[in-house]
Amino acid sequence: MAIINMRKMAVDQAGTIVDIKVGGELGRRIRDMGLVPGTRVKVQGRAPLNDPVALRLMGFTLTLRNNEADHIDVEVEG
Amino acid sequence: MEKTVALAGNPNSGKTTLFNELTGARQHVGNYPGVTVEKKEGVCLENGARLKVVDLPGTYSLTAYSLEEVVARDFLVREKPATVINIVDASNLERNLYLTVQFMELGVPLCIALNMMDVAENRGIDIDVEKLSHLMGMPVLPIVARNGRGKRELVAAASGLIRTPEKSPPLVISYGADIDLALAEMEGKITGAGFLAGAYPARWVALKYLEKDKQIRELGHASDAAFAAELEEVAERLAHHLETTLQTDPEAMIVDHRYGYIRSLMQQGVVSYRGDQSRLHVSDKIDKVVTNRFLGPLIMAGVVFGLYHFTFTYSEVPVGWVEDFFGWLGALAEAHLPDGLFKSMMISGVIDGVGGVLGFVPLILFMFFGIALLEDSGYLARVAFMLDRVFRVFGLHGSSVMPFIISGGIAGGCAVPGVMAARTLKSPKERLATLLTVPFMNCGAKLPVFALLVAAFFGDHRASVMFLITVISWIGALLAARLLRSTLIRGAATPFVMELPPYRLPTFRGLLIHTWERTWQYIKKAGTVILGISILLWAMMTFPGLPEERLAGFERQRQEILASAPASSVAELATEAEELSAETQALRDRLLEVDAAAAEAALRNSLAGRIGTSLEGVSRLAGFDWRTNIALLGGFAAKEVVVSTLGTAYSMSEVDPEETAALSARLAANPAWDPLVAWSLILFTIFYAPCFVTVVCIARESGSWKWGAFSMIFNTALAFALSVTVYQLGSLSGYWGG
Repeated sequence: MAIINMRKMAVDQAGTIVDIKVGGELGRRIRDMGLVPGTRVKVQGRAPLNDPVALRLMGFTLTLRNNEADHIDVEVEG
Repeated sequence: MEKTVALAGNPNSGKTTLFNELTGARQHVGNYPGVTVEKKEGVCLENGARLKVVDLPGTYSLTAYSLEEVVARDFLVREKPATVINIVDASNLERNLYLTVQFMELGVPLCIALNMMDVAENRGIDIDVEKLSHLMGMPVLPIVARNGRGKRELVAAASGLIRTPEKSPPLVISYGADIDLALAEMEGKITGAGFLAGAYPARWVALKYLEKDKQIRELGHASDAAFAAELEEVAERLAHHLETTLQTDPEAMIVDHRYGYIRSLMQQGVVSYRGDQSRLHVSDKIDKVVTNRFLGPLIMAGVVFGLYHFTFTYSEVPVGWVEDFFGWLGALAEAHLPDGLFKSMMISGVIDGVGGVLGFVPLILFMFFGIALLEDSGYLARVAFMLDRVFRVFGLHGSSVMPFIISGGIAGGCAVPGVMAARTLKSPKERLATLLTVPFMNCGAKLPVFALLVAAFFGDHRASVMFLITVISWIGALLAARLLRSTLIRGAATPFVMELPPYRLPTFRGLLIHTWERTWQYIKKAGTVILGISILLWAMMTFPGLPEERLAGFERQRQEILASAPASSVAELATEAEELSAETQALRDRLLEVDAAAAEAALRNSLAGRIGTSLEGVSRLAGFDWRTNIALLGGFAAKEVVVSTLGTAYSMSEVDPEETAALSARLAANPAWDPLVAWSLILFTIFYAPCFVTVVCIARESGSWKWGAFSMIFNTALAFALSVTVYQLGSLSGYWGG
């Protein structure tokens, strides 16, 4: 199982968050929404211009810009 | 005494629906003191209880990073509501409980309204309500806010909680050995010193110091600077320790542990799942189509155009009623009031002013209804999602598109509802930049000005010039937004960490309440100011009146015309017959010419006229003479007034903004005008100060008159710079022989 950057995840690919490498307001916003180590996420889709990305976690859908997803490392499944 | 119940929860958890269900029509909207966050209050009469219900802003957390979160926690701490109903989305329990846990740490009396039980059931999520209640140590009431199921039990539980004398102590979560040690040290110090006592629990203050919470640190510094420094030192020491040993910071660890705490609760069998949880929900299936790379933008274009059409086409009928009513009122005043200043003020100041205020009401009503429909159904979040990449380049947000379109992004909108539509933006910097740039769009009132100039000078390329004008205003607005975002409203983009809520069918009642309360706010708050300014503008265009001898001069001309005309014609004119003989018609035209000349002289002599004349020296740089200046001043009342004022200034009798052929011909024939001047004026009209109704709305929506004033000065300066550049370059190159 490989650990990759969230930006590199393909649509429909799932994985578990292992690290979030940003602090301050952005880091807090990301974590407050449940993106913390141990959370399982799946890439639900991408906007027509490929950015932002829509994620599925804990039964809801969350959007993130690619440059925000850059701070998140995910251990992908399969 | 009436007890206060606060309603708190995540956005999209059905909080507003529950609020409407609890309070019915007994509610009113205001603002929290000093900020633009909406405060909704209402009264709940249920089971013989009479409770004051306050709807707190929907938040995911209680940090100091956003205004909504600060407002929510300040309310809980300062107003100390008798109880807090925390509405929790049952289909999304884990993330919703994250906020609940923070309420528990703050030690507020709490009960949980577990909403959308029906949605959870459909998705195969079973929640053991009793177990959850036991684990959380508070009443948990399953409800369906949409149809009121469980409402009675909820109110009874909340009332019961109010009657319970002993409050449960704040929740204590373990944040790991390092943080717990620091917390214990700080908590001891805080309790010992009585630091910020009475307002916040000691451990909570310590937590906020570790989270580097700006607001609490400022409060602490103001209350006891030396002690605050001591706490900060403990926090810094811990931060340094965590950085060197674990490469993390306290704030991150605290969040991780909170979610960890919730997970440990979940694992005790609160939730069980039936069926395949990875299957797509209806909402996800819709998204596969609606946000599809190719279909998505097409559908969005259709929806945006539909909203535009709905707002401006269907509101035409009620707008017509309002106009007819005020036209009738004006005619009534015309017929029954004695001639003179009072009559002029009543008609041009008061009736036109109030008519102007209320004329926008149908537009605003329709716009808010359309927006509420898109917002409550969840579609607006998808629009933001799809367009964010484009608008971000200019320092704006995906949600900025609606205000731009409504303001005239499709030519013919109106900036007043456009400015108000910016309420859907939650990020403050992007919102302000949107508010300040939407007036550059081509609203319906600017169109007669363009139509006049295009007909006079670009008659052969009418359509393409009009299209070019729309393109120029978009480019100008987006570049201005970029400029503002890298200067005055500088700062990193607000994180786009946004929820895409599941699609829901909005409740009709919710839509109506939503629409009405916002429209009423406009009438109440903006209305009075607008009326005042309307009277002021009337006075500027009226005073001082012409001196006696000049009035007498015009009267003498009239008498001379009448005296030289045949007696039969004079008699025929006095009958006020519809059909006149050619001779009498000529007589009447000559008299009207004198009236028009008198009106022109009066306008030039008025305060506005004098300002226009004195500005001629400067405005010549852009190719404008005093007549254009006055017309542009008049345009501050409403942009279409530019046309009628220009008519008066060229001493033409009554120019209807819809019928400008005669004025067009006059401009085309006038040697002072050429296509270059026309372009200069078109550019100026696109970019200069918004009409004062828009200015009032910008001030209201941004929460400061400073931004209202800024929009007038900045826009006018920008417009003038553009016009001068074009006019001077054009004159130099001699392209249009200017």
